[in-house]
Amino acid sequence: MKITVNGTKQESAATTLDALLDELGYGAAKVATAVNQSFVPAAMRPEHRLADGDQIEIVAPRQGG
Amino acid sequence: MPRYYDTEITSRLMLGTAQYPSPAILAEAFKRSGAGIATVSVRREAGGERAGQAFWDMIGDLGAHVLPNTAGCHSVREAVTTAQMARELFDTDWIKLEVIGHADTLQPDPFGLVEAARILTDEGFKVFPYCTEDLVLCERLVEAGCRVLMPWGAPIGTGLGLNNVYGLRSLRAHFPDLPLVIDAGLGLPSQAAHAMELGYDAVLLNTAVAKAGDPVAMAEGFARALEAGRLGFEADPMEPRDMAAPSTPVLGRAFT
Repeated sequence: MKITVNGTKQESAATTLDALLDELGYGAAKVATAVNQSFVPAAMRPEHRLADGDQIEIVAPRQGG
Repeated sequence: MPRYYDTEITSRLMLGTAQYPSPAILAEAFKRSGAGIATVSVRREAGGERAGQAFWDMIGDLGAHVLPNTAGCHSVREAVTTAQMARELFDTDWIKLEVIGHADTLQPDPFGLVEAARILTDEGFKVFPYCTEDLVLCERLVEAGCRVLMPWGAPIGTGLGLNNVYGLRSLRAHFPDLPLVIDAGLGLPSQAAHAMELGYDAVLLNTAVAKAGDPVAMAEGFARALEAGRLGFEADPMEPRDMAAPSTPVLGRAFT
């Protein structure tokens, strides 16, 4: 399945958002997620199924003004 | 001291957390200035990077309330989704809402800002909108549910100060009871003092402190200027006049 993660196109075998985070090594990292510009709460990641062409954003706390 | 959505903050300084020479200098700037609110953001993180966790741990030690922003968002959709992600990450319903409308000036898109403010308010967010001093825009933001307004002094990062004193004064007069915060464009403590003298409740700084040669000293300088300016405002200043008026008594002057 071809997906885009944080702007980079890549192949993934993960079928859910939760599995994708595991596959990419996020583990217990403090991150928030969105798929195709819609927020996906952490609690919903295990049941959020990914589809070919999905655009995924994975963000974390950072410095800001 | 200002109250934002029923939370009293014991400082008139909101301080950004970006662009400091080091985390230690950032922490010292907060300590010396007593800033009550720290603005933060969300950005992409790679697997295994863990930078977010490290930053989160550092922010927790600052002793300030956290105000996440939607910096860099150019559409309502981006801003709303970013706010939702920030709420989960920072465990707060406060959001400094930025919907940027122009790449050169980074000025807010007023139309998108009102729409995003309405959506987020309906979702339970407490919105701190980064706006211009436009009175009509500010009225729309209040109608959308905003209980604080954050007009710019000048474009972000310019250090130009209060570009439209008339507009800012009008805004203060029109919303006497709403917390008003100068967000963006300040470069010098005197400009912050001026904002206080206009009756503003607080200022939000980042570049002016972080990019100063000595950020810690500048943070303290701003804190003192805010105190001085606020005292001046509360002390009911004299009315300016065009003609001179002697301060030394005229009665009893020699040679008369």
